[in-house]
Amino acid sequence: MSRHDEPRARDKQPLDGFTPSEGFMDSLVLHALDAAQKAGADYADVRLIEEQYEYIQTKDLLVSGFNKGVSRGAGIRVLKEGGWGFCATQKLTKLEIEKAAKRAVELAAASASCMRSPISLADEPVYSAVWASPHLIDPFSISTEDKLDVLMSSARTILGVKGVTLAQGRLSFVREKKTFASTLGTKLQQTFVRSGCCIEAFATNEMERQRRSYPKHVGQFELAGWEMVQGWDLPGNAQRIAEEAVALLSAPQCPSGQSDLILGSSQLGLQIHESCGHPSELDRALGQEINFAGASFLTPDKLNDLKYGAPIVNLVADATAPGALGSFGFDDEGVAAQKVYLVKDGTFKGYLSSRDTAHLIGLGRSGGSMRAQSWSHAPIIRMTNISLVPGAAGTLDDLISDTDNGILMETNQSWSIDQMRYNFQFSTEIAWEIKNGKRGRMFKNPSYSGVTTEFWNSCDAICGADDYVEWGEPNCGKGQPCQTMWTGHGASPARFRGVQVGTAYS
Amino acid sequence: MLTEEACRKIVDLATHHAGKAVDGIEVHLLGTDVETSRFANNEMTQHQANTIDKLAVRVLSEGRQIRLETDDLSTAGVCAVVDGAINAVKLMEKDQCLLPLPPTDNESEWHSYPDRYEQEVTRITAADRAAAISNMIGVAADNKLSAAGVYASGTNFEALGNSQGLFSYHRETHVECSVTMCGSDSTGWAKAQGPHEKQVNTLELAKRAAFKATSSASPEGVIPGRYTVILEHSAFLDLLAYLWWDFTGTSHLDKRSSLLDKLGEKVFGDNVTIEDDVYHQEQAGCPFDGEGLARKKVTIVENGILRNLVYGRRSASRMGVAPTGHGLPEPNALGDNPMNLVIVGNGATVADMVKSTEKGILLTRVWYVRQVDPARKIVTGMTRDGTFLVENGEISRGIKNLRFNVSLLDILKNVVTVGHARRTAGEEGVPQVVPAMKIADFNFTEVTRF
Repeated sequence: MSRHDEPRARDKQPLDGFTPSEGFMDSLVLHALDAAQKAGADYADVRLIEEQYEYIQTKDLLVSGFNKGVSRGAGIRVLKEGGWGFCATQKLTKLEIEKAAKRAVELAAASASCMRSPISLADEPVYSAVWASPHLIDPFSISTEDKLDVLMSSARTILGVKGVTLAQGRLSFVREKKTFASTLGTKLQQTFVRSGCCIEAFATNEMERQRRSYPKHVGQFELAGWEMVQGWDLPGNAQRIAEEAVALLSAPQCPSGQSDLILGSSQLGLQIHESCGHPSELDRALGQEINFAGASFLTPDKLNDLKYGAPIVNLVADATAPGALGSFGFDDEGVAAQKVYLVKDGTFKGYLSSRDTAHLIGLGRSGGSMRAQSWSHAPIIRMTNISLVPGAAGTLDDLISDTDNGILMETNQSWSIDQMRYNFQFSTEIAWEIKNGKRGRMFKNPSYSGVTTEFWNSCDAICGADDYVEWGEPNCGKGQPCQTMWTGHGASPARFRGVQVGTAYS
Repeated sequence: MLTEEACRKIVDLATHHAGKAVDGIEVHLLGTDVETSRFANNEMTQHQANTIDKLAVRVLSEGRQIRLETDDLSTAGVCAVVDGAINAVKLMEKDQCLLPLPPTDNESEWHSYPDRYEQEVTRITAADRAAAISNMIGVAADNKLSAAGVYASGTNFEALGNSQGLFSYHRETHVECSVTMCGSDSTGWAKAQGPHEKQVNTLELAKRAAFKATSSASPEGVIPGRYTVILEHSAFLDLLAYLWWDFTGTSHLDKRSSLLDKLGEKVFGDNVTIEDDVYHQEQAGCPFDGEGLARKKVTIVENGILRNLVYGRRSASRMGVAPTGHGLPEPNALGDNPMNLVIVGNGATVADMVKSTEKGILLTRVWYVRQVDPARKIVTGMTRDGTFLVENGEISRGIKNLRFNVSLLDILKNVVTVGHARRTAGEEGVPQVVPAMKIADFNFTEVTRF
């Protein structure tokens, strides 16, 4: 009998710390609130989170990373005399929870000593609810062999294309169970299942390092299960991206100058993220993040007035979109998920907001955007799903047919934008010339740049719902210490007139 | 915060629990108790404390390996993650390049490793941080500005042990402050970070940021184009972050480095020398790598010639050279990385560089630097928080922020003056020891609205 077949006597050893039964977690949450109040908190909320994750990476035909793990802990946030304090602990015993609650109150008291005016929170109904994200196939029920088979079969195909120098693949799966409670009486239980997948083909010669990614740069991520990996069919797209990576080595350089530009939907998703999502975060607009992530040109005086984009441009923050990466039932301060217009018919109309920023611009209620990376991070205003409402330009093929001369760019390569979110420059992995309504030759090293409001006002066509994809960005960075966040961006391809292209090489 | 003794117990527990079921087991522990105080608009906005300890185990069995993680460090938690790894490793593909775990590193250079744990830092309280922030806000008020920033303090640790008897432990205090001063149409920024309290003078940082903000007020636009630039320390550090991985063995094995087949060749100007040296007095960080090997001092570029790469055990084995102690925790697609760069300085001050410049631009900070072209090493990014026009040897005025597109390979060929090197922190990469630099022919492509 091998060791692995032995009865698991060691699994029955008494635990030194925490047994994660739901009843015990509930009692810990209530104990945290009680301890915070006894320590003098005027308000407290607690998030108790258990996160199970599995990250698989392959490089050529080897497993270059296989990390599985569990992270479990509690984050306690309190208000005292108008100042915030936050303390997190992974030691889930009543004694340690009590210590963390007291520490959070001490930190809040120190904050209160350095406040111009005390924090006040916008009202929100009290909830008692259970919410779970939709998924068909639990990714943790799929065997490792089946998961590796997807990546290895893709890698074999990529490496079979002459000229390819490296194949990489990644799968990511996270199950997060989150219990939230506040001294207002709200008590929530949410379960999230998130999945991600990606393959990459690299080709190198003396002059070029080219990469093609699928489904998009860093991969696609959804609030979904194993069915999303099946749906994106990585092996079925491996040959194409490998051939494109090799073809890019000898493709002509993307021209520099002014051009009509069609952005594929994944690139447009990132454009939305950087030039609409971030500037509409109210904490940025109020200067609270200016030391690192930056501020915003969308200051409150521009609300309901600024012509952010063309009249066909409608952008929403929709935390209710099924399956989209930035969806939830309730945010991390107990505010119910909402759909909020940021830009309506081209006019700047709304912000991503929180309970402690809403009243600063006269809002009666938070927009429900407070999110934290984990139990050990304090929630801050984050994007949910910031999406471009589909238009009436038909499919991508229809849009290309409707374009005399232009460039189609797809799949992000790099992104950069100033700290006020005006001037941006993006480069993509691949582009094609459009001539007389037809897709023509391939271009290497494409890039474009512009100023946010000029760019969105130049939008004259948005494809319809048939080409709409809810893209997921898993790594949005913000805050100090920096925390990442799952955000979503629904988009169909769209056309922009007279855009500066090829700036990086001009 | 786990002590060395506590870490050793966990390593012993894990290795004992694994027993002879596997060919080897490696135990990696990381933790922090750094507390962070944030402020903006002249008041505190957040105050965070989180003590986190994490455990990763890697097991090797019959040419296979797997790494599993947990933050449950109880006896049951440690045993559970070891059991999970023992079961899961059977499912892995065989790795033809997998090396057995290394034994104790007898060639340790740690005798020269400076103490980076300071009691004074551990005694900084929440009230101390709030008081320091009040003083920084006072500087803002004196200058009719608004202050925002962060002040953090605490301790980080890392421990690594394996079934070959290797055990290494490192703890290091951490103090960090960055501050942005905001005027009506200008901003200024300053930052410092290090293991020692004296390395971070919060009041001096506030005054420097305030000076930047007031002296760059009423900025005017300049025409984009090629300029001589003076990169202050932080600007130079953050500009170069995308270059470092190109100095690794793995980036060459993967054919992704911009310096392929250039070993021994002149790649930068004569005045550029780059070392990796964790033992440098102004460096910080752990003296062992992701497999527990002692980090060696490596001269990467000497007077412009690419002399050496850095290697972990895997890339070194594949390339037939000795490892330099720069491996990342296995398994890892990136493989290795230089973590403690020292770009050798030459004594010139920023003031000297300004005085010798007929027309140029002085940069305090660069932002959102991203790689556009990995072959030509073109990066783009923006200036922020203090951008100045230099004319006739003097700073003449603040200017609106600019977008640049520059080749890092060209930047290091076009160094006009090398400044004094010092420990420097930015926001695009980890702190390193770098000089300020004066660079010719720096390409600004667009100007923004502020």
